[in-house]
Parts: sequence; structure tokens; C-alpha cells
Amino acid sequence: MIEVRDVYFTYPTGVEALKGVSLSIRNGEFVAIMGQNGAGKTTLVKQFNGLLKPTKGAVLVDGVNTRDISIAQLARKVGFVFQNPDHQLFSETVEEEVAFALRNFGFRQATIERRITWALNLLGLTEYRKTSPFMLSGGERKRVALASVLAWNPKVVILDEPTIGQDYQQKETLRQFIVQLNAQGKTVVIVTHDVEFVAECNPRLVLMAQGQIVADGDTKRILTNPDVALRASIVPPQITQIFHGLADLGLPTDVIDVSEAKKILIEYFEEERGKR
Amino acid sequence: MAIIETKGLTYTYPGGTKTSIRDVSLTIERGEFVILTGPSGCGKTTLCRCFNGLIPHFYVGQLDGELSVAGLKVTEHPIYEMAQRVGLVFQNPENQLFALSVEKDVAFGLENLGVPRDDIRKRVDWALQTTGIEELRERAPHELSGGQQQRVAIACVLAMQPGIMIFDEPTSFLDPLGAKKIFEVINELNKKLGVTVILVEHRLDLASRYADHVIIMDNGKIVLNGKPKEVFNSETARLIGVGIPKATRLCQMLQENGVRLGGVPTSSDEATQLLREVLKA
Repeated sequence: MIEVRDVYFTYPTGVEALKGVSLSIRNGEFVAIMGQNGAGKTTLVKQFNGLLKPTKGAVLVDGVNTRDISIAQLARKVGFVFQNPDHQLFSETVEEEVAFALRNFGFRQATIERRITWALNLLGLTEYRKTSPFMLSGGERKRVALASVLAWNPKVVILDEPTIGQDYQQKETLRQFIVQLNAQGKTVVIVTHDVEFVAECNPRLVLMAQGQIVADGDTKRILTNPDVALRASIVPPQITQIFHGLADLGLPTDVIDVSEAKKILIEYFEEERGKR
Repeated sequence: MAIIETKGLTYTYPGGTKTSIRDVSLTIERGEFVILTGPSGCGKTTLCRCFNGLIPHFYVGQLDGELSVAGLKVTEHPIYEMAQRVGLVFQNPENQLFALSVEKDVAFGLENLGVPRDDIRKRVDWALQTTGIEELRERAPHELSGGQQQRVAIACVLAMQPGIMIFDEPTSFLDPLGAKKIFEVINELNKKLGVTVILVEHRLDLASRYADHVIIMDNGKIVLNGKPKEVFNSETARLIGVGIPKATRLCQMLQENGVRLGGVPTSSDEATQLLREVLKA
């Protein structure tokens, strides 16, 4: 679905943000991109929807080079939810906000109505339909931005820091939501610093540092490797830290999930009891 | 000694149909490190706006109840007076930064207060150093990444050296190591300089270890208020969906399965220690 071929990107200020990135994301994949501030994460995902074009190398979306297609055409396929919802929201009501892109894409009024109802319901925003986005809390505005993108049903959804300002339950809702989008065959890419959220989602994890990809693969394998994590300024999940601290007792060190942790510890206790 | 005291504090935003905070009564002692948390939209940010006078001086609305901060009745003192006592780092750093260079942004508040030039220089240097952004001194804040901007915003507040500092999700935009470093900085201000810290936070895994007082709000009201171990271990905290630290959660799950631990951990170090004691016994 997205093919990044040896991409370099230099901002007009001279900052070299991407230094030879190659990455292939298949249709229907769920990918999380993590790494320290300034590692190039946001620069990379902005290549996916053509907001930025490579200085060198190429990005193909659904087989089309992003240089050969307008941002508007790309936007239909690749929905982008910004880190800061205030960069995205401008309408007087939540409803208008969601309707805006749909009108631009030329949907019929009846479809627009249906899509708005669907998207607001999905994100628990129905009660705010007639409210100004700017009356809402940070977390709620973030969900309005997400609703407005999902409404036009793009094939790829990019979420830049989706968990900021979201409480624990909303994160859980977001997680289930991503799983649901995934099940519908959508490709989901998130950029995040939220280690605990990633540990719970268990996506394919791409780790970046200084404009390059330093690890790509299974979340559990990467997050439980302290050297790799440190290189990308990641603090391993609390559960992983606990198991690293108990490694000398013969317990595994590749644990990220709390339920899995409980199971392992209970088994360990029973085994020890049996020995006595 | 109480540095913040509210009784029956209730507030509705102008034109709002719903009260944002209802009957909030609390006491925060001088020098405490307080975590204020609760579901999105529960009134955390609104409460913080009361503490520094943005409510009722900027957001007019309807405010009832008693509110005293640093010995002052907030309703009777303008924002600039409150600002010298209560520093607030906003959720979104962009709302706070506007100058052409980081240095100027950090100096701005001090200039407004008429601090002597030499002192301004010293305090700006110190604030930049403490937040680890000395090399950004000449950069324009709007060119920086979200994480860097948040550090600038924190430096601006640090430079004012207020007795109370409120941080509204200050590490949302920071990578985990950066976040950890900021929490350590905040902790140092609290422990070494005795600054009263109020930290509004959803990500409790990194922050809990520093707190000595946790307040949980839900639907505009205070539902839990006490020591971190008691609050996080309470069934109520889990039921209203506060993301209690995973270390605490793991130990709760083990207790439910008959494993007796010597205490309630809020950090991974504590959990490791407690588990080690039982596993070796």
C-alpha cells in the first residue's frame, strides 16, 4: 500500500530529517512509528500523504508515485489526523467540521448526513454535534479531528500522536477502534510516544533515530530489547522493567502485557510451591 | 501549611449549560507534589485555571465557593499578581509561545515583572540549562518540534520561580526518555526548592513515583483524594477508568489470586522489590 524507497528529505532550513529510509507497508497493516523527538517520524508520515515530497528517493502510495498525484487526490486515499487538532479544526460546529471534507470530495447531501451521524456516533461525539469544537476539551477536539477524517473513508489512516489528551478509557476505545478499522481492511499508521499504548496494541513497530529506521518488526521483541529501546529514547513498559529486574530468578524478560505477566508469576509461584 | 484551599468551589463557563466543576473542596499543603487526574473532560484543567486566576478574571462565567491560593483570595487579585505565585504550563505549548527566539520567550515574563537585567540573564540561563535546551537559545519557538516547544514552555514558567507550579500534561509531546527527564526536573524543583507542584497527567506510569498526593476527579467532582498508594489501589480508581500504573495493577491482580505482597507499588522498582521478597520467601 505504501512503499518508501531510499528516501532522503531535507527541510528548506537545511535540517536533514530523513537519511535513506526504506519501508514497505502492506494493505491492512497496523504500524506504529516510535522514536525520540526530532527523529523524523512526522516527516516520514507526511511523505505518505504527499504533504512533503522526498528530496531524493520515491514514495509510492497504492502504486502511484506521490510526485505524480495532487495532494487532494492523495487525501482521498490517505487520511491524516494531525498531532495538534487546532491545526485542523476551524468550523463553527462539530457537524460542520465533519461535513467540510465530505463536501469538498463531492459527496451527496444524504450521504454526508449519514456519514456525519456514523462518525460522531463512532467516536462518542453525538451530543456535541451542534457545539463549537473550541468549546471542547483537548481530548474531545482530538476525536473531532479523527471523526472528520474517518468520515470520508480513506484506505489509509495516519494518526499523529492519537493518545495525547486521551484518558485511559478513551485510549482503550481508540485501541478497539483501530482493531476494528484494521478488520475492515484499512491500513493504520500511528506515530506515538506512548509506550504503554503500543504495548497494549501490539502492532508492527518501526523505531526511528536520527532520520533512519533502527528497528522494524514485532512490538514485543523490540520493546523488550533495552539497547534498541535506549537508542530511540524509549523507556520500556513498566511490566518489562519489572521482569528485567527479576531476570536473575530465571523469569523471562520479554514480557510487555500485564495479563501475561500475571500468568507467568502465578505459574512461577505454583512451581516453587510444588518443589517444596 | 495549606497553600491552596477551596471550599464548595463550583464553576460554569460563560454560555455553558453544564457546570464544569462542582462543589470542589480540597487542601494542598506547601511543598506537596500533587497529581491531578481523571477522565477527559472531568474538570482538571478548569480547576487549574481557578488556581492561577484565569478563572474568574479571564474566563468570566459563574464562580461560587471559596478559593484561596498562596494566602490570597483569587477573586480579589488580578491575573498578573497571581502569575507571580502560580505558574501554569499549558497542555499545548503553542498557546504559550510567541517570541522570535527561545531566549526572549523565557525572558518575557521576567521583563514584565521588572526584574533587573542581570537577574533576568541568570534566571534565563538557569531555566534553559535545567530543561536541557541551552542550544536552542537563539532558535524561533515555532520552528521547534512539539517536544522542544514543551520544554521552552516549561522553561518560561521555571524562570518566574513561582511558589506553585501547575503542569497540564507537560510531557504529552515528549518521547519517553524526554518525559522522564522532565518529570525528574519537576521533582527536583519540588524536593530541592520546595516548589508546590500540581501535575495534571493521564500517563501515570512515569509520574506516580514522584507524587505524595493524588486527586482524582470525575464529572466535575473530586472522587478520590489522598496518598498515591491508597488512591491507586482503590477499586473506585479502576472503575472510573483512570489508567493506574501497570506495576500497581499487576500487584492487584496477583493479590486477587492469593499472592500476598508486602505493600502497594506505584513504580516498577517498587514492584520488582516487592515481588523479589515474595519470590524468594
